[in-house]
Amino acid sequence: MNSRELTFKERLYIIEVFKGLWLTSKHFFGNLKKHLARQLGLNRLERGAVTFQYPEERRPFSPRYRSRHRLTMRDDGSPRCVACMMCETACPARCIYIVAGEHPDPNIEKFPVRFDIDLGVCVFCGFCVEACPEDAIRMDTGIVEIAAYSRKEMIYHIEDLLQ
Amino acid sequence: MTSLAIEVAKVLVVLIGVLNLAAILTWMERKQSAVMQDRIGANRASILGFRAFGLFQVLADSIKMFVKEDFIPPLGNRFLHTLAPFLSAFFALIGFAAIPFGNTIRLFGRDISLQVVDLNVGVLYIFAAMSLGIYGVVLAGWSSNNNYAFLGGMRGSSQMFSYEITIGATILGVLMIFESMSLQTIVQAQGALLWGVIPKWGVVLQPVGCLLFLVAGVAETKRVPFDLPEGESEIIGYFVEYSSMKFGLFMLTDFVETVLISALITTLFFGGWQVPYLMDDGFHFPGGFEISLSGILVSVLQVTSYCVKVFFFCWFLLLVRWTLPRFRYDQLMRLGWKMVFPLSILNLLVTSLVILLMH
Repeated sequence: MNSRELTFKERLYIIEVFKGLWLTSKHFFGNLKKHLARQLGLNRLERGAVTFQYPEERRPFSPRYRSRHRLTMRDDGSPRCVACMMCETACPARCIYIVAGEHPDPNIEKFPVRFDIDLGVCVFCGFCVEACPEDAIRMDTGIVEIAAYSRKEMIYHIEDLLQ
Repeated sequence: MTSLAIEVAKVLVVLIGVLNLAAILTWMERKQSAVMQDRIGANRASILGFRAFGLFQVLADSIKMFVKEDFIPPLGNRFLHTLAPFLSAFFALIGFAAIPFGNTIRLFGRDISLQVVDLNVGVLYIFAAMSLGIYGVVLAGWSSNNNYAFLGGMRGSSQMFSYEITIGATILGVLMIFESMSLQTIVQAQGALLWGVIPKWGVVLQPVGCLLFLVAGVAETKRVPFDLPEGESEIIGYFVEYSSMKFGLFMLTDFVETVLISALITTLFFGGWQVPYLMDDGFHFPGGFEISLSGILVSVLQVTSYCVKVFFFCWFLLLVRWTLPRFRYDQLMRLGWKMVFPLSILNLLVTSLVILLMH
Protein backbone atom coordinates (compact mmCIF):
# COMPACT_ATOMS: atom_id res chain seq x y z
CA MET A 1 0.00 0.00 0.00
CA ASN A 2 1.23 3.46 -0.86
CA SER A 3 1.18 5.75 2.11
CA ARG A 4 2.42 9.27 1.79
CA GLU A 5 3.70 11.58 4.48
CA LEU A 6 0.99 13.78 5.91
CA THR A 7 1.44 17.45 5.23
CA PHE A 8 1.68 19.87 8.12
CA LYS A 9 -1.87 21.06 7.50
CA GLU A 10 -3.15 17.51 7.77
CA ARG A 11 -1.12 16.78 10.86
CA LEU A 12 -2.71 19.74 12.61
CA TYR A 13 -5.80 17.52 12.53
CA ILE A 14 -8.21 20.27 13.44
CA ILE A 15 -8.67 21.51 9.86
CA GLU A 16 -9.34 17.98 8.65
CA VAL A 17 -11.80 17.49 11.51
CA PHE A 18 -13.78 20.50 10.40
CA LYS A 19 -13.66 19.32 6.79
CA GLY A 20 -15.10 15.99 7.91
CA LEU A 21 -17.77 17.67 9.99
CA TRP A 22 -18.66 19.87 7.02
CA LEU A 23 -19.06 16.82 4.79
CA THR A 24 -21.26 14.89 7.20
CA SER A 25 -23.41 17.90 8.05
CA LYS A 26 -23.86 18.53 4.31
CA HIS A 27 -25.19 14.98 4.01
CA PHE A 28 -27.32 15.50 7.10
CA PHE A 29 -29.03 18.68 5.94
CA GLY A 30 -29.31 17.55 2.32
CA ASN A 31 -30.99 14.30 3.31
CA LEU A 32 -33.12 16.01 5.94
CA LYS A 33 -34.43 18.40 3.27
CA LYS A 34 -35.30 15.49 0.98
CA HIS A 35 -36.99 13.55 3.82
CA LEU A 36 -39.04 16.60 4.78
CA ALA A 37 -40.05 17.30 1.18
CA ARG A 38 -41.16 13.67 0.87
CA GLN A 39 -43.12 13.75 4.11
CA LEU A 40 -44.86 16.98 3.15
CA GLY A 41 -45.62 15.68 -0.31
CA LEU A 42 -43.62 18.36 -2.11
CA ASN A 43 -41.18 16.11 -3.86
CA ARG A 44 -41.84 12.38 -3.95
CA LEU A 45 -39.18 11.57 -6.52
CA GLU A 46 -36.05 12.29 -4.53
CA ARG A 47 -35.32 9.91 -1.68
CA GLY A 48 -33.20 10.92 1.29
CA ALA A 49 -31.90 7.40 1.83
CA VAL A 50 -30.73 4.48 -0.25
CA THR A 51 -32.51 2.01 2.06
CA PHE A 52 -34.91 -0.62 0.73
CA GLN A 53 -37.54 -1.25 3.42
CA TYR A 54 -37.04 -4.97 2.96
CA PRO A 55 -40.13 -7.04 3.64
CA GLU A 56 -42.39 -4.47 1.98
CA GLU A 57 -39.97 -3.25 -0.62
CA ARG A 58 -37.73 -5.63 -2.53
CA ARG A 59 -34.64 -5.04 -4.53
CA PRO A 60 -35.00 -6.22 -8.12
CA PHE A 61 -32.73 -9.22 -8.74
CA SER A 62 -30.39 -9.48 -11.66
CA PRO A 63 -31.73 -11.96 -14.24
CA ARG A 64 -28.60 -14.05 -13.63
CA TYR A 65 -29.19 -14.21 -9.89
CA ARG A 66 -29.11 -17.78 -8.55
CA SER A 67 -32.07 -18.32 -6.24
CA ARG A 68 -33.83 -21.52 -5.09
CA HIS A 69 -33.90 -24.36 -7.62
CA ARG A 70 -36.93 -25.57 -9.50
CA LEU A 71 -37.49 -28.56 -11.78
CA THR A 72 -39.02 -27.66 -15.13
CA MET A 73 -41.93 -29.67 -16.46
CA ARG A 74 -43.02 -31.18 -19.78
CA ASP A 75 -46.35 -30.16 -21.32
CA ASP A 76 -48.09 -33.00 -19.49
CA GLY A 77 -46.78 -31.88 -16.11
CA SER A 78 -44.17 -34.60 -15.59
CA PRO A 79 -40.61 -33.51 -14.83
CA ARG A 80 -38.27 -32.91 -17.78
CA CYS A 81 -35.57 -34.59 -15.78
CA VAL A 82 -34.32 -37.86 -17.20
CA ALA A 83 -32.38 -38.87 -14.09
CA CYS A 84 -29.02 -38.83 -15.93
CA MET A 85 -27.23 -37.95 -12.66
CA MET A 86 -25.20 -35.18 -14.37
CA CYS A 87 -26.22 -32.62 -11.75
CA GLU A 88 -25.57 -35.04 -8.92
CA THR A 89 -22.10 -35.66 -10.32
CA ALA A 90 -21.36 -32.00 -10.90
CA CYS A 91 -22.53 -30.90 -7.47
CA PRO A 92 -19.48 -29.87 -5.39
CA ALA A 93 -21.49 -29.90 -2.18
CA ARG A 94 -23.10 -33.27 -2.93
CA CYS A 95 -26.49 -32.05 -1.91
CA ILE A 96 -28.49 -33.65 -4.73
CA TYR A 97 -29.84 -37.17 -4.35
CA ILE A 98 -31.61 -38.83 -7.30
CA VAL A 99 -33.27 -42.26 -7.56
CA ALA A 100 -34.00 -43.17 -11.19
CA GLY A 101 -36.94 -45.19 -12.40
CA GLU A 102 -37.96 -46.76 -15.75
CA HIS A 103 -40.12 -44.46 -17.84
CA PRO A 104 -43.12 -46.07 -19.63
CA ASP A 105 -42.44 -44.02 -22.80
CA PRO A 106 -39.69 -45.85 -24.78
CA ASN A 107 -38.41 -42.49 -26.12
CA ILE A 108 -37.53 -41.41 -22.60
CA GLU A 109 -35.25 -43.78 -20.83
CA LYS A 110 -35.62 -42.83 -17.17
CA PHE A 111 -37.38 -40.42 -14.85
CA PRO A 112 -36.57 -39.44 -11.25
CA VAL A 113 -38.49 -41.35 -8.60
CA ARG A 114 -36.80 -39.19 -6.01
CA PHE A 115 -35.07 -35.89 -6.53
CA ASP A 116 -33.91 -34.33 -3.24
CA ILE A 117 -31.86 -31.19 -2.78
CA ASP A 118 -30.54 -30.50 0.69
CA LEU A 119 -30.63 -26.68 0.70
CA GLY A 120 -28.87 -26.65 4.03
CA VAL A 121 -25.80 -28.04 2.23
CA CYS A 122 -26.21 -26.41 -1.21
CA VAL A 123 -23.67 -23.70 -2.01
CA PHE A 124 -25.76 -22.14 -4.81
CA CYS A 125 -22.93 -22.45 -7.33
CA GLY A 126 -25.28 -23.25 -10.23
CA PHE A 127 -23.16 -26.14 -11.58
CA CYS A 128 -26.24 -28.40 -11.62
CA VAL A 129 -28.00 -25.95 -13.93
CA GLU A 130 -24.99 -25.84 -16.25
CA ALA A 131 -24.55 -29.62 -16.22
CA CYS A 132 -28.16 -30.41 -17.09
CA PRO A 133 -28.51 -31.56 -20.72
CA GLU A 134 -32.33 -31.35 -20.63
CA ASP A 135 -32.79 -27.87 -19.13
CA ALA A 136 -34.66 -29.66 -16.36
CA ILE A 137 -33.24 -27.75 -13.40
CA ARG A 138 -33.15 -23.99 -13.13
CA MET A 139 -32.34 -21.49 -10.40
CA ASP A 140 -34.68 -18.67 -11.41
CA THR A 141 -37.51 -18.83 -8.87
CA GLY A 142 -36.45 -15.62 -7.14
CA ILE A 143 -37.04 -17.31 -3.77
CA VAL A 144 -34.28 -16.35 -1.34
CA GLU A 145 -35.99 -16.74 2.03
CA ILE A 146 -35.13 -20.39 2.58
CA ALA A 147 -35.39 -21.13 6.26
CA ALA A 148 -36.64 -23.95 8.43
CA TYR A 149 -36.72 -25.03 12.04
CA SER A 150 -34.80 -28.26 11.48
CA ARG A 151 -32.18 -29.62 9.10
CA LYS A 152 -34.70 -32.18 7.84
CA GLU A 153 -37.06 -29.47 6.68
CA MET A 154 -34.24 -27.98 4.62
CA ILE A 155 -34.32 -31.00 2.31
CA TYR A 156 -36.61 -30.21 -0.62
CA HIS A 157 -38.25 -33.13 -2.40
CA ILE A 158 -39.38 -33.47 -5.99
CA GLU A 159 -42.92 -32.25 -5.19
CA ASP A 160 -41.54 -29.00 -3.66
CA LEU A 161 -39.13 -28.45 -6.52
CA LEU A 162 -41.74 -28.97 -9.23
CA GLN A 163 -43.92 -26.16 -7.88
CA MET B 1 -44.21 26.34 52.16
CA THR B 2 -44.71 28.03 48.81
CA SER B 3 -41.01 28.61 48.44
CA LEU B 4 -40.39 24.92 49.12
CA ALA B 5 -42.97 24.00 46.46
CA ILE B 6 -41.21 26.31 44.00
CA GLU B 7 -37.85 24.69 44.77
CA VAL B 8 -39.27 21.21 44.30
CA ALA B 9 -40.94 22.30 41.05
CA LYS B 10 -37.63 23.65 39.74
CA VAL B 11 -35.81 20.42 40.66
CA LEU B 12 -38.48 18.37 38.91
CA VAL B 13 -38.45 20.56 35.80
CA VAL B 14 -34.66 20.26 35.46
CA LEU B 15 -34.52 16.55 36.31
CA ILE B 16 -37.39 15.51 34.07
CA GLY B 17 -36.23 17.83 31.32
CA VAL B 18 -32.70 16.43 31.34
CA LEU B 19 -33.80 12.78 31.56
CA ASN B 20 -36.25 13.25 28.72
CA LEU B 21 -33.70 15.03 26.58
CA ALA B 22 -31.25 12.18 27.26
CA ALA B 23 -33.90 9.63 26.24
CA ILE B 24 -34.72 11.58 23.10
CA LEU B 25 -30.99 11.75 22.34
CA THR B 26 -30.91 7.95 22.07
CA TRP B 27 -33.53 8.25 19.33
CA MET B 28 -31.78 11.26 17.83
CA GLU B 29 -28.48 9.45 17.72
CA ARG B 30 -29.96 6.63 15.68
CA LYS B 31 -31.89 8.90 13.38
CA GLN B 32 -29.18 11.52 12.96
CA SER B 33 -26.51 8.97 12.18
CA ALA B 34 -28.89 7.36 9.70
CA VAL B 35 -29.62 10.63 7.92
CA MET B 36 -25.91 11.47 7.86
CA GLN B 37 -25.15 8.11 6.26
CA ASP B 38 -28.02 8.13 3.71
CA ARG B 39 -29.97 5.55 5.70
CA ILE B 40 -33.40 5.69 7.35
CA GLY B 41 -32.74 4.43 10.86
CA ALA B 42 -35.00 2.87 13.46
CA ASN B 43 -38.61 3.19 12.28
CA ARG B 44 -40.28 -0.12 13.11
CA ALA B 45 -41.44 0.32 16.71
CA SER B 46 -45.11 1.18 16.52
CA ILE B 47 -48.14 1.55 18.77
CA LEU B 48 -51.36 0.53 16.99
CA GLY B 49 -49.62 0.85 13.66
CA PHE B 50 -48.61 4.42 14.44
CA ARG B 51 -44.87 4.74 13.99
CA ALA B 52 -44.04 8.38 14.82
CA PHE B 53 -40.70 8.18 12.99
CA GLY B 54 -39.45 5.50 15.34
CA LEU B 55 -39.85 7.61 18.48
CA PHE B 56 -41.44 4.64 20.25
CA GLN B 57 -38.11 2.89 19.90
CA VAL B 58 -37.03 4.73 23.05
CA LEU B 59 -40.00 3.26 24.90
CA ALA B 60 -39.41 -0.21 23.47
CA ASP B 61 -35.73 -0.06 24.42
CA SER B 62 -36.43 0.95 28.00
CA ILE B 63 -39.10 -1.75 28.43
CA LYS B 64 -36.60 -4.26 27.06
CA MET B 65 -33.95 -3.00 29.48
CA PHE B 66 -36.27 -3.36 32.47
CA VAL B 67 -37.47 -6.88 31.77
CA LYS B 68 -34.10 -8.42 30.93
CA GLU B 69 -32.25 -10.59 33.41
CA ASP B 70 -30.14 -8.64 35.83
CA PHE B 71 -26.92 -10.59 36.11
CA ILE B 72 -24.28 -10.06 38.77
CA PRO B 73 -21.05 -11.98 38.21
CA PRO B 74 -20.73 -14.56 41.01
CA LEU B 75 -17.11 -13.68 41.78
CA GLY B 76 -17.64 -9.94 41.59
CA ASN B 77 -18.37 -7.64 44.49
CA ARG B 78 -22.14 -7.67 44.75
CA PHE B 79 -22.57 -4.38 46.58
CA LEU B 80 -20.13 -2.29 44.55
CA HIS B 81 -21.31 -3.85 41.31
CA THR B 82 -24.83 -2.64 42.07
CA LEU B 83 -23.69 0.71 43.37
CA ALA B 84 -21.53 1.70 40.37
CA PRO B 85 -24.22 2.47 37.76
CA PHE B 86 -26.21 4.48 40.29
CA LEU B 87 -23.13 6.52 41.24
CA SER B 88 -22.43 7.13 37.57
CA ALA B 89 -25.92 8.38 36.80
CA PHE B 90 -26.22 10.31 40.07
CA PHE B 91 -23.05 12.36 39.64
CA ALA B 92 -23.90 13.10 36.03
CA LEU B 93 -27.35 14.36 37.03
CA ILE B 94 -26.51 16.52 40.06
CA GLY B 95 -24.27 18.71 37.93
CA PHE B 96 -27.33 20.34 36.40
CA ALA B 97 -28.34 21.86 39.74
CA ALA B 98 -25.92 24.76 39.34
CA ILE B 99 -26.63 25.56 35.72
CA PRO B 100 -28.99 28.50 35.21
CA PHE B 101 -31.60 28.07 32.52
CA GLY B 102 -33.08 31.56 32.73
CA ASN B 103 -32.79 34.93 34.43
CA THR B 104 -34.55 35.74 37.69
CA ILE B 105 -38.23 36.25 36.93
CA ARG B 106 -40.92 38.07 38.94
CA LEU B 107 -44.02 35.91 39.18
CA PHE B 108 -46.98 36.63 41.52
CA GLY B 109 -44.89 39.06 43.54
CA ARG B 110 -42.01 36.62 44.04
CA ASP B 111 -38.53 36.64 42.59
CA ILE B 112 -37.85 33.21 41.18
CA SER B 113 -34.35 32.45 40.04
CA LEU B 114 -34.51 30.00 37.13
CA GLN B 115 -31.79 27.79 38.53
CA VAL B 116 -32.03 25.00 41.04
CA VAL B 117 -29.37 26.43 43.35
CA ASP B 118 -27.38 29.61 42.79
CA LEU B 119 -24.07 28.46 44.25
CA ASN B 120 -21.33 31.05 44.42
CA VAL B 121 -18.90 28.21 43.64
CA GLY B 122 -21.09 26.73 40.91
CA VAL B 123 -18.21 26.00 38.55
CA LEU B 124 -16.27 24.13 41.22
CA TYR B 125 -19.38 22.20 42.20
CA ILE B 126 -20.00 21.00 38.65
CA PHE B 127 -16.40 19.91 38.19
CA ALA B 128 -16.44 18.14 41.52
CA ALA B 129 -19.53 16.24 40.36
CA MET B 130 -17.92 15.43 37.03
CA SER B 131 -14.74 14.19 38.72
CA LEU B 132 -16.74 12.01 41.09
CA GLY B 133 -18.32 10.45 38.03
CA ILE B 134 -15.02 8.58 37.62
CA TYR B 135 -15.96 6.48 40.67
CA GLY B 136 -18.84 4.95 38.76
CA VAL B 137 -16.51 3.92 35.96
CA VAL B 138 -13.71 2.61 38.18
CA LEU B 139 -16.01 0.72 40.53
CA ALA B 140 -17.86 -0.84 37.61
CA GLY B 141 -14.61 -2.04 36.09
CA TRP B 142 -13.13 -3.19 39.36
CA SER B 143 -16.11 -4.92 40.98
CA SER B 144 -16.96 -7.01 37.90
CA ASN B 145 -13.99 -9.36 38.39
CA ASN B 146 -13.35 -9.30 34.65
CA ASN B 147 -10.03 -8.32 33.11
CA TYR B 148 -11.61 -6.46 30.22
CA ALA B 149 -13.93 -4.54 32.49
CA PHE B 150 -10.96 -3.70 34.70
CA LEU B 151 -8.94 -2.50 31.71
CA GLY B 152 -11.90 -0.39 30.59
CA GLY B 153 -12.25 1.11 34.03
CA MET B 154 -8.54 1.97 34.18
CA ARG B 155 -8.63 3.49 30.71
CA GLY B 156 -11.73 5.45 31.67
CA SER B 157 -10.24 6.88 34.82
CA SER B 158 -6.90 7.85 33.28
CA GLN B 159 -8.67 9.44 30.31
CA MET B 160 -11.03 11.40 32.51
CA PHE B 161 -8.20 12.59 34.77
CA SER B 162 -6.14 13.74 31.80
CA TYR B 163 -8.91 15.71 30.18
CA GLU B 164 -10.33 17.12 33.39
CA ILE B 165 -7.09 19.02 33.86
CA THR B 166 -7.60 20.62 30.47
CA ILE B 167 -11.19 21.47 31.31
CA GLY B 168 -10.05 23.10 34.54
CA ALA B 169 -7.38 25.13 32.76
CA THR B 170 -9.75 26.36 30.04
CA ILE B 171 -12.39 27.25 32.61
CA LEU B 172 -9.86 29.41 34.49
CA GLY B 173 -9.66 31.74 31.52
CA VAL B 174 -13.42 32.26 31.60
CA LEU B 175 -13.39 32.73 35.36
CA MET B 176 -10.67 35.40 35.10
CA ILE B 177 -12.59 37.35 32.48
CA PHE B 178 -15.97 37.30 34.22
CA GLU B 179 -14.46 37.43 37.71
CA SER B 180 -16.98 35.07 39.24
CA MET B 181 -17.49 31.39 39.98
CA SER B 182 -21.27 31.62 40.03
CA LEU B 183 -22.64 30.45 36.71
CA GLN B 184 -25.59 32.87 36.94
CA THR B 185 -23.20 35.80 37.32
CA ILE B 186 -21.09 34.53 34.41
CA VAL B 187 -24.16 34.31 32.18
CA GLN B 188 -25.38 37.75 33.24
CA ALA B 189 -21.96 39.21 32.45
CA GLN B 190 -22.17 37.72 28.97
CA GLY B 191 -25.18 39.93 28.23
CA ALA B 192 -22.93 42.98 27.89
CA LEU B 193 -21.78 44.17 24.49
CA LEU B 194 -18.21 44.43 23.23
CA TRP B 195 -17.66 47.80 21.50
CA GLY B 196 -21.45 48.14 21.53
CA VAL B 197 -21.87 45.61 18.75
CA ILE B 198 -20.70 42.07 19.52
CA PRO B 199 -22.28 40.18 22.42
CA LYS B 200 -19.65 39.59 25.09
CA TRP B 201 -19.97 35.81 24.93
CA GLY B 202 -17.23 33.54 26.18
CA VAL B 203 -16.52 32.26 22.68
CA VAL B 204 -15.67 35.78 21.50
CA LEU B 205 -13.28 36.42 24.37
CA GLN B 206 -11.89 32.87 24.62
CA PRO B 207 -12.08 31.23 21.17
CA VAL B 208 -9.16 28.89 21.82
CA GLY B 209 -10.48 28.07 25.28
CA CYS B 210 -13.86 27.23 23.77
CA LEU B 211 -12.34 24.85 21.24
CA LEU B 212 -10.18 23.14 23.86
CA PHE B 213 -13.15 22.85 26.20
CA LEU B 214 -15.12 21.24 23.40
CA VAL B 215 -12.37 18.67 22.79
CA ALA B 216 -11.95 17.89 26.48
CA GLY B 217 -15.71 17.85 26.93
CA VAL B 218 -16.16 15.22 24.25
CA ALA B 219 -13.41 13.22 25.95
CA GLU B 220 -15.28 13.54 29.26
CA THR B 221 -18.42 12.01 27.81
CA LYS B 222 -16.39 8.87 26.88
CA ARG B 223 -17.94 8.68 23.43
CA VAL B 224 -16.38 8.30 20.00
CA PRO B 225 -13.73 9.59 19.10
CA PHE B 226 -12.65 9.14 22.74
CA ASP B 227 -14.52 5.93 23.52
CA LEU B 228 -11.46 3.96 24.60
CA PRO B 229 -12.97 3.00 27.99
CA GLU B 230 -15.77 1.33 26.03
CA GLY B 231 -13.80 0.23 22.98
CA GLU B 232 -16.75 -1.68 21.56
CA SER B 233 -14.66 -3.60 19.06
CA GLU B 234 -11.97 -4.73 21.48
CA ILE B 235 -12.67 -4.76 25.21
CA ILE B 236 -16.37 -3.75 25.43
CA GLY B 237 -15.34 -1.73 28.42
CA TYR B 238 -16.08 -1.22 32.05
CA PHE B 239 -19.74 -2.25 31.72
CA VAL B 240 -19.04 -5.59 30.02
CA GLU B 241 -20.51 -7.49 32.99
CA TYR B 242 -23.65 -5.41 33.22
CA SER B 243 -27.03 -6.26 31.86
CA SER B 244 -30.58 -5.06 32.22
CA MET B 245 -31.30 -1.53 33.45
CA LYS B 246 -27.91 -1.29 35.17
CA PHE B 247 -26.36 -1.28 31.74
CA GLY B 248 -29.15 1.08 30.72
CA LEU B 249 -28.06 3.47 33.45
CA PHE B 250 -24.52 3.55 32.06
CA MET B 251 -25.90 4.26 28.62
CA LEU B 252 -28.17 6.94 30.04
CA THR B 253 -25.17 8.45 31.85
CA ASP B 254 -23.40 8.81 28.51
CA PHE B 255 -26.28 10.80 27.13
CA VAL B 256 -26.80 12.80 30.31
CA GLU B 257 -23.11 13.71 30.18
CA THR B 258 -23.56 14.79 26.57
CA VAL B 259 -26.37 17.07 27.70
CA LEU B 260 -24.23 18.29 30.61
CA ILE B 261 -21.31 19.17 28.36
CA SER B 262 -23.67 20.93 25.94
CA ALA B 263 -25.22 22.87 28.82
CA LEU B 264 -21.76 23.82 30.11
CA ILE B 265 -20.52 24.97 26.71
CA THR B 266 -23.70 27.00 26.32
CA THR B 267 -23.39 28.51 29.78
CA LEU B 268 -19.70 29.32 29.74
CA PHE B 269 -19.03 30.16 26.11
CA PHE B 270 -22.30 30.86 24.31
CA GLY B 271 -24.11 33.22 26.65
CA GLY B 272 -26.31 30.72 28.51
CA TRP B 273 -29.87 32.00 28.35
CA GLN B 274 -28.84 35.33 26.80
CA VAL B 275 -30.35 36.33 23.49
CA PRO B 276 -28.14 38.83 21.60
CA TYR B 277 -29.30 42.43 22.17
CA LEU B 278 -32.18 41.33 24.42
CA MET B 279 -32.27 43.38 27.62
CA ASP B 280 -34.81 43.15 30.46
CA ASP B 281 -37.26 45.42 28.63
CA GLY B 282 -36.85 44.26 25.04
CA PHE B 283 -34.44 44.28 22.14
CA HIS B 284 -31.87 47.09 21.84
CA PHE B 285 -30.15 46.73 18.49
CA PRO B 286 -26.86 48.60 17.90
CA GLY B 287 -28.35 50.96 15.31
CA GLY B 288 -30.66 52.47 17.94
CA PHE B 289 -33.54 50.28 16.77
CA GLU B 290 -35.61 49.03 19.71
CA ILE B 291 -38.47 46.58 20.31
CA SER B 292 -39.97 46.70 23.78
CA LEU B 293 -41.29 43.43 25.19
CA SER B 294 -43.01 42.51 28.45
CA GLY B 295 -40.97 40.89 31.20
CA ILE B 296 -42.62 37.46 30.87
CA LEU B 297 -42.06 37.37 27.12
CA VAL B 298 -38.38 38.23 27.64
CA SER B 299 -38.07 35.36 30.14
CA VAL B 300 -39.78 32.94 27.76
CA LEU B 301 -37.43 34.02 24.97
CA GLN B 302 -34.42 33.56 27.24
CA VAL B 303 -35.39 30.07 28.38
CA THR B 304 -36.17 29.11 24.78
CA SER B 305 -32.81 30.44 23.67
CA TYR B 306 -31.09 28.36 26.37
CA CYS B 307 -32.93 25.20 25.30
CA VAL B 308 -32.21 25.82 21.61
CA LYS B 309 -28.51 26.32 22.30
CA VAL B 310 -28.25 23.18 24.45
CA PHE B 311 -30.10 21.22 21.79
CA PHE B 312 -27.81 22.57 19.09
CA PHE B 313 -24.72 21.45 21.01
CA CYS B 314 -26.24 18.04 21.63
CA TRP B 315 -26.71 17.82 17.88
CA PHE B 316 -23.15 18.97 17.32
CA LEU B 317 -21.71 16.42 19.74
CA LEU B 318 -23.66 13.67 17.97
CA LEU B 319 -22.33 15.00 14.66
CA VAL B 320 -18.78 14.73 16.00
CA ARG B 321 -19.50 11.26 17.36
CA TRP B 322 -20.70 10.02 13.95
CA THR B 323 -17.99 11.73 11.91
CA LEU B 324 -14.63 11.06 13.48
CA PRO B 325 -12.89 7.71 13.79
CA ARG B 326 -11.56 6.59 17.14
CA PHE B 327 -8.12 7.40 18.52
CA ARG B 328 -5.59 4.81 19.51
CA TYR B 329 -4.94 4.89 23.23
CA ASP B 330 -1.44 6.36 22.96
CA GLN B 331 -2.75 8.97 20.51
CA LEU B 332 -5.44 9.86 23.01
CA MET B 333 -2.90 10.40 25.76
CA ARG B 334 -0.59 12.32 23.44
CA LEU B 335 -3.41 14.59 22.37
CA GLY B 336 -4.42 15.12 25.97
CA TRP B 337 -1.04 15.78 27.54
CA LYS B 338 1.14 17.07 24.71
CA MET B 339 -1.28 19.18 22.70
CA VAL B 340 -4.53 20.10 24.43
CA PHE B 341 -3.11 20.64 27.91
CA PRO B 342 -0.13 22.85 26.92
CA LEU B 343 -2.40 24.84 24.63
CA SER B 344 -4.83 25.45 27.46
CA ILE B 345 -1.97 26.63 29.68
CA LEU B 346 -0.79 28.94 26.87
CA ASN B 347 -4.34 30.21 26.50
CA LEU B 348 -4.43 30.90 30.23
CA LEU B 349 -1.11 32.74 30.05
CA VAL B 350 -2.17 34.96 27.16
CA THR B 351 -5.51 35.68 28.83
CA SER B 352 -3.89 36.74 32.09
CA LEU B 353 -1.34 38.89 30.22
CA VAL B 354 -4.11 40.69 28.33
CA ILE B 355 -6.11 41.22 31.52
CA LEU B 356 -3.01 42.54 33.27
CA LEU B 357 -2.29 44.99 30.43
CA MET B 358 -5.88 46.22 30.27
CA HIS B 359 -6.00 47.10 33.97
